Amino acid sequence: MRDPSPWVILIPLTSAGFALLLGHRSIARFGVVAAAFTTIASAFLVVDVWRHGTRRYPVGGWDAPLGIELVVDGLAALMIAMTAVVGLLISIYSFRYFSDPPDLTRLRESADVRPSIGEPWGQSRAFWPLWLFLWASINIVFLSGDMFNIYVGLEIMGVSAVALVTLSRGAVATLSATKYLIAAVIGSMLYLMGVAILYASFSTLDLQELSVRIEPGNPATVALVLMSAGLLLKTALFPLHFWLPAAHSAAPAPVSAILSALVIKASFYLFLRLWMDVFMQTTTRSGAVFVGLLATAAIIWGSLQAIRQIRLKPLIAYSTVAQVGYLFLLIPLAVPIATDSWNVSATEGGVYHAISHALAKAAMFLAAGAVMQALGGTDEIGEMAGLAARLPISAFAIGLAGVSLMGLPPSGGYVAKWLMMNAAFDTAQPWWAIIIVVGGGLTAIYMFKFIGLAFRKPVEGSSFLPSSAWLEGPAFILAVLSILVGLRATPIVELLSK
Amino acid sequence: MISLAENWLPVLVIATSLVTALCIFPLREEQVRLRSTLNMIGATLKVVFVIIITIGFLDGRVYQSRLQFLPGLDIVLSVNPISLAFLGLSAVLWFVTTIYAIGYLEHADHRSRFFGFFSLCVTATMGIALAGNLFTFFIFYEMLTLVTYPLVVHRGTLKAIKAGRVYLFYTIGGGALMLIGIVWLQSIAGPVEFSTGGVLDHVAHRRSELIGIFVLLVTGLSVKAAIVPLHGWLPRAMVAPAPVSALLHAVAVVKAGAYGILRFVYDLFGIPLAASLNVLTPLAIMASVTIIYGSIRALMQTDLKRRLAFSTVSQVSYIVLGAAIVGPLATTGAIAHLMHQGLMKITLFFCAGNFAETLEVHSVDQMNGIGRRMPVTMGLFTIAAFGMIGAPPVAGFASKWYLGAGGMAADQAWVIAVLIGSTLLNSAYFLPVLYTAWFKKPAVPWPAPGKRFETSPLLLLPCAATGIAALLAGVFAGSRWSPLGLATQIAAELYDLWI
Repeated sequence: MRDPSPWVILIPLTSAGFALLLGHRSIARFGVVAAAFTTIASAFLVVDVWRHGTRRYPVGGWDAPLGIELVVDGLAALMIAMTAVVGLLISIYSFRYFSDPPDLTRLRESADVRPSIGEPWGQSRAFWPLWLFLWASINIVFLSGDMFNIYVGLEIMGVSAVALVTLSRGAVATLSATKYLIAAVIGSMLYLMGVAILYASFSTLDLQELSVRIEPGNPATVALVLMSAGLLLKTALFPLHFWLPAAHSAAPAPVSAILSALVIKASFYLFLRLWMDVFMQTTTRSGAVFVGLLATAAIIWGSLQAIRQIRLKPLIAYSTVAQVGYLFLLIPLAVPIATDSWNVSATEGGVYHAISHALAKAAMFLAAGAVMQALGGTDEIGEMAGLAARLPISAFAIGLAGVSLMGLPPSGGYVAKWLMMNAAFDTAQPWWAIIIVVGGGLTAIYMFKFIGLAFRKPVEGSSFLPSSAWLEGPAFILAVLSILVGLRATPIVELLSK
Repeated sequence: MISLAENWLPVLVIATSLVTALCIFPLREEQVRLRSTLNMIGATLKVVFVIIITIGFLDGRVYQSRLQFLPGLDIVLSVNPISLAFLGLSAVLWFVTTIYAIGYLEHADHRSRFFGFFSLCVTATMGIALAGNLFTFFIFYEMLTLVTYPLVVHRGTLKAIKAGRVYLFYTIGGGALMLIGIVWLQSIAGPVEFSTGGVLDHVAHRRSELIGIFVLLVTGLSVKAAIVPLHGWLPRAMVAPAPVSALLHAVAVVKAGAYGILRFVYDLFGIPLAASLNVLTPLAIMASVTIIYGSIRALMQTDLKRRLAFSTVSQVSYIVLGAAIVGPLATTGAIAHLMHQGLMKITLFFCAGNFAETLEVHSVDQMNGIGRRMPVTMGLFTIAAFGMIGAPPVAGFASKWYLGAGGMAADQAWVIAVLIGSTLLNSAYFLPVLYTAWFKKPAVPWPAPGKRFETSPLLLLPCAATGIAALLAGVFAGSRWSPLGLATQIAAELYDLWI
């Protein structure tokens, strides 16, 4: 594998196509193997960037501007690695989740708690091709060096993500998926309009060329506004988050994990690229502060909503709304006030947050799925008293992931918080630091509302079924990883600077 | 070889309890023997490592472990005199508390979880003791908050969960303030490491910012040190099992706050800078208010553990008071009391646990004549209570004496008034307990002891060890190796004096 960059796209893409031909029995095994190979290719890619710095790969042998290029720098490599680790563990979890139905005779009688689980078993023929397509498209977005390829990646990503939500049957899931589809389509359209303006004005779609050619002025500003709006909608930054809680909580647990941990990171990544590289000369201080205000509102609103939830998956979904706010706080922290360069510490903090949130949130959704199955399909928090005694591994996973989301040390979330707070003080904007701290406190409220209940004595007659190591294990490993990335930040920060 | 040991010993001290925790968590409930063995191995190794470090340190060796966390920012574990005092106290008291907890929780639920978090709690305390800079201190300080929570809510009752919520509300809030202070300090002073005498002289001219930072940091610490009005969580946290209360009050949480204040005043700001910022007198006043207020509240409690809890609120502030008064005598008193209070308070909690576990006695009203049924436990309780009051020859006398003398030396005679008031109040809430226990007749005769001892030896021995240690620390206070002797040497070094 002399240049691993195309493989991280080709392996999942061809596997997705091949998986369509497979039957119910073999498809899950095939899917896990494909995920493992994609992960191996991703590891090669990371090592390659670590050794040699930024790599360019001309697809089909044509250099830019004629041909299209794959570009891997430190940031892209980190995102690929994040997707690989989280994706592999989600795949292992899904192997069991979509294949084996839980003991149906022991499911609860009451029908009103059923829709939330959506009866995912037996859906593996639909799940695996869609998930592998989605993985390929996420990697396309991370690696593409030109605007149009990225658009293609975004479209495949949106369509397969929406289709994955519909794996949950029932009216709620359909409605949620419809909302999600509308958001995804509008988001892509806005992005595409921006791309058209850029091509008309500067006659190139190559990111590197564009960053040189773009001159501040109306076309650039309009393009930036359109593309940013589209990507904010796709990343669900307040107030454009309306579709997220429904879609992320209605989907089957592994899909929720994929959406919350990875899919929104792809559009966030793109937003970051545009602001950091391409539109460096076009961005303004007031625009950055505006994004920061939306981010603040997202943190407050998402947390308050999460506190109000009485079901676990909506709680985790609203937590994502809040955590997306943290991601975008990096913009006002990084966009220079007087100097000409981005604040490195803020970028590092934002990227660290993206990674640790991916690990923690995937852990949390997967653990929630295991708990729901053990409870026979309900995710009502009130039913979960005694969780720490009955399903200690899942409870531990949620607790550890919660520590990272709260940003308490030692955890990846804490590193992110530390870096961003440092950036706030270094750039003389300490008020953002206060928002970060307040948001952490709100996170603690909704996390400990759940964790406290988990430590309660089990209610009489509560019926936890035993869970499987195949479900609890991946969640636990992800949670431990979200803590471990907080023990030493140097490697990730160094890779980012490659 | 030697330099290797010097680099790794601080890590090993922390690792002993961390590894113990990780080994214990996956154990099944009924693997009692394996769990107890692992616990005791961890606790013993820790004491051994701390002894090696102490001997080496007195020989002039420098112990430091360093790991790059971010470019330009290290996680530093290092040994200095004050950290050694806290380290030794924690290691020894963890050892005895582990024995006690094994006996106490013989038939309780979820023991693997309990002992796992118990070991993590000690891991965090060790990290706090060894932290070589603010960043490291904060990591372990917040870790302590998190790993103590499962211990506070261990019983899983509604009351326990509510207490846990209050505990988190205070401690996470305090931690947030502290984090802002730490980042702020880093932005003006760069990454600074603790060093005897203070390390902030290069930014001494930014007075108003330093005052703000001091207030943020000390407020964050005051939550754990339970300084009024931030003490609300402590009495509620009494719902935790007795060994947890014992460890929380003597070493872990409360003491971590007080230790942090000592460390920040002496090794971060430095006494001259802290004094010139005019922040120490307000701190002394806060501590004095806490001393008196805690005693008054203790007087009003009938539940024995709650009375002891408010007594902790009061007693820990002696340490803060000593830190807030400039002068070697007050400093000696503060550092000595850090250790003395640990020994005495853990004895009191062990005794209270023995009463509860053996005779189901929780309230002072129920203690009529308990001294005849459990003479050893009650005898130890008496020793520790006299120590708390400050009666010679128990350890508490020495620390109070030095605090008072320190107040006089610093021309702050009002400290004497605080100490006298507190002594009177201490007598008022301890002496009636002693009277009830020894001289009143029980309404119903106590059930006879089932075995040879008045209670399980696993409960009695740790209690005896700490009680006698508290007595010896007072009797031999003049020795160079007593807590007071060590405190004197540390203070002498801080103030550049020679004995």
